[in-house]
Parts: sequence; C-alpha cells; structure tokens
Amino acid sequence: MADAPSEPTLSVRGLTKRYGDTVALADVDLAVRGGEFVAVVGPSGCGKSTLLRVLSGLEDRFEGRAAVDGDDVREGGSDAVGMVFQEPRLLPWTDVRGNVAVGLPADVDAADPDARARIDELIRIVGLGGFAERRPAELSGGMKQRVSLARGLAYDPSVLLLDEPFSALDRLTKHEQQDHLSDACAERGTTVVLVTHDVEEAAYLADRVVVLGDQPGRVETVVDVDADRPRERTDEDLLAVRARIVEALGV
Amino acid sequence: MATAEERSRLRDVPIPAIGGVRWLLGLVVPALLVVVWHLLVTTGVFAAHQLPEPLRVVGTLYAMGVAGDLWGHVAITLQRVFFGVLLGVAVGTGLGTLTGLSGLASDLLDPLLQSLKNIPSLAWVPLFLLWFGIGEGAKVLLIAVGAFFPVYLNLSTGIGEVSEDLLEVAEVYDLGRVEALRTVVFPAALPSLLVGIRGGVGLAWMFVVAAELIAASQGIGFLLSDGRVLARPDVIVGSILLFAFLGNLSDLAVKGVQRRVVDW
Repeated sequence: MADAPSEPTLSVRGLTKRYGDTVALADVDLAVRGGEFVAVVGPSGCGKSTLLRVLSGLEDRFEGRAAVDGDDVREGGSDAVGMVFQEPRLLPWTDVRGNVAVGLPADVDAADPDARARIDELIRIVGLGGFAERRPAELSGGMKQRVSLARGLAYDPSVLLLDEPFSALDRLTKHEQQDHLSDACAERGTTVVLVTHDVEEAAYLADRVVVLGDQPGRVETVVDVDADRPRERTDEDLLAVRARIVEALGV
Repeated sequence: MATAEERSRLRDVPIPAIGGVRWLLGLVVPALLVVVWHLLVTTGVFAAHQLPEPLRVVGTLYAMGVAGDLWGHVAITLQRVFFGVLLGVAVGTGLGTLTGLSGLASDLLDPLLQSLKNIPSLAWVPLFLLWFGIGEGAKVLLIAVGAFFPVYLNLSTGIGEVSEDLLEVAEVYDLGRVEALRTVVFPAALPSLLVGIRGGVGLAWMFVVAAELIAASQGIGFLLSDGRVLARPDVIVGSILLFAFLGNLSDLAVKGVQRRVVDW
C-alpha cells in the first residue's frame, strides 16, 4: 500500500505505434494514478484514438510498454479496462437493455434481478429511461452514443477509456452527461482517460490534460487542472486552464 | 396545362388507396398471358397435342385431385424436399459455421466445396443411383446436396464478414469466446444464414426434379416424365405449374420467417 503512489494504475512508457509507414504515436510516456481523470486532446490524426486502442488491448503490436496495474495490456492487463468507442457500435438486433447488458462483467448474469436493476439505472442515468426496449435503429445518433456510454459504465472497469463520448450530443445533454460521468467515476474511484476535441470539456472534467502534438503523435504538454470539485463551468481557474490548452494546441 | 393537371391527379390518386391490393397487380400480366395462351391454342397456332388449352390443364389437375392420385405425388415430392432441405441446411450450417470461424478449416475445406458447388445437379444423379440405389435415401441426399451449397456459402461468408467493430466490442468487454459467438457472431450472421436457406430451398426444387425425372415411380417429377411418355401435354404443363406453385409457396414461407427473424 505504501508504494501505491509509485506504481501508477496506468503506465505507458516509450510507446510507439506504427501502421505500416505511418507513425501514429511516437515515444509517448504517460502515467495515470488510480482514480485520476485524464483528458487527452490534440489535433485530428494525432493518435488519440490509437492510444486508447493500445490501452484497451486491441493492438497487439507496438513498441514500448503499456501496463495496467503492472500487467502488460497484451497479457491480461486490458481486462480491467473498459472502452467507450467513438462510434456507438451497438448490436442492431437487440434493444437498449440488451446492448447495455453486453457491458456487464463476465461473472454477472444479465438475468439476475440486481443486474437488471443496475442496467435500468444506467439507462435512466444516461437519460434514456423510456427507451429500454427500443432497438438502435429507432434511436438518434446522440441517443445511441449514450447507450454506448451506459454499456461502458455497466462494465464498471477500474480504468475507463472514452473516445469522444459526448461528440454527438446537444449542449444541454452534453453538460448533463459530463456531470453524470464525473460523479459516477468519482464515486467508484474509476481511473479515466477521456479523448476529446472539446477544450472546455477537457478542462471541466480532468485532473490533468495531456496535449498531443501533430503527427507523429508526441506528448506536447501536460496541463494540470488545479480547480476544486465540484467545479463551476465558468470558474476563473478553468478559463485559465483552457487558455493554456489552447495555447499548447497552437490553434 | 392539362397534362400537368393530369399528372398531379395521377400522383394524388392513390397509391395508398390501392396499397392493400397492390400485390394483385403482379397477377395482371400472368392473367393476360393465360388469355393469350388460350387464344393461341383455340385459334390453332399451337396444336392441342403440343400445348393444351389452360382449362384443359386445370381440368386434368382437378380430375387427378378428385381421383386422389395427385395427392400422393405432391406429398412424396414435398416430403423429399422437406427432408432434403433439412439435411442440407443442417450440414450447411455446420460446415459454414466451422469454416466461417476457423481459418484452418476454411483453408482445408473451402476450396473443395467451392469447386463442388459448380457441378450441375444432373451430373450427380447417376453416381447417387449407383451408390445409394433408387430408394428415397438417394433422392433426399441429392436434394440435400442442392440445399447445402447456398447455406454453406452464405453462412461461411456471413460469419467471416461480421463487423470488426462489433468484434472489438466483444473483445473490450471480455465477453469470452462462447459468449461472443452467442451475442455477436451468430446474430450478425443470421441474415446470411436465412439468405442461404432461401437459396437452398430454391435449389432443392431444382434437384427434386432431377431426382424424380430419372429415378422415381411417384412424385411431381415422375408425373412430368410420365406425361412425356404418355404424350399428355396437359399433364406436363400441369406438373410444371404445380412445381411453380409449390416452389413459390415454400419461398414465401421462408421469406416470412426471414422477415420475422431479421427484423432490425
């Protein structure tokens, strides 16, 4: 326990990922403490999604090290990792409830009343209370994205990766869902890596913001967000953080 | 001006009004053809010993139905198709799943099966007679061969083409092999399987004719060849119409199942 701070929950060292001749990530270092909320921002094509794919164990081949709780993501370390993809990726043949149930951990029986109650609770939290029995084809893009989010939360992983989970949501819903996510992860002590384009979102949600540079993706800057929680979106400190992120992005 | 008005009237009138009976439109052309057929025969363009008039065909079928021997023929043909399809679909589903899931099995079996599918149905008949005799088994097996290929081909490709995106979801959420098959792969391949079954049922009807034309003492295909031997064009045309009717009926049935099962 004493050495817990020295071993970060998520540890990336010298991570380089190539697709053929294209370098998607170059020598990326990143350490995320347990329960920390890290946002990753950067220009399109800077390897943000690739980073999440590596961490979630979807990429077998890369150079360097990526580990969760000390276990390489290629050797079972990714089991503790859940991911909300950029696209909803729902099963079209089953309803919202069935799709959220996909996220339930393997040892939980979806037919169990407690599991069912939890699924319905998650569906309610993402604001789809009346839609549990709808199929994806009957939902709008934003609704599908929220189903996908609920699925990720159902998995209740120790590390949750989110790839622009709020991109298809209208402003109001987006703010609501950001708060829900923040509360849910704080409550469960979930470690979060959130990829986003939205500087305001990054500053509002994260403890630290990692800014990736242009191709090949390198860590440009890390911005600490020293604002107390619960935060106000209009907090002066956050505005300053936003300015620093924007400056680092060079836009 | 008048044309524009007319056009808008045409558009307004009524697709919805006739929506309920729209499928009847598909019967208009066949009905006209029957009339033409009748006229061609009665005016002597076709001799009656080559092409009987429509009513005579109906009369022959009706008489056979009343006498009772028609039902035996229909029943045995249906039975052969049914068991042939059952067997073909079962084996096709099994092998299609195997080659769809396993690269090794696909490498071993797929080239062989792909080339076997190009053998025409009739080519199998002598071999099957030699191996399995002229009993029911030989016919059911022959029909099963026909039904097998579309099922195998569609399912194998269907499983192979399950969206990578969804497979990654299964991987990220650690569904495990069995659970991933149950929740993602099989449902995703179900539409392909049904397309295959539909094709298989269609081919089963072709193969049943091949089987019955050559080695049968009963069945609609036998009726067909008997009609030729007895120089009864009415029996021949009647048998063809029976095949058309039953083939369509079975296709509609599978289509109905398809619509119910693949409803997303």
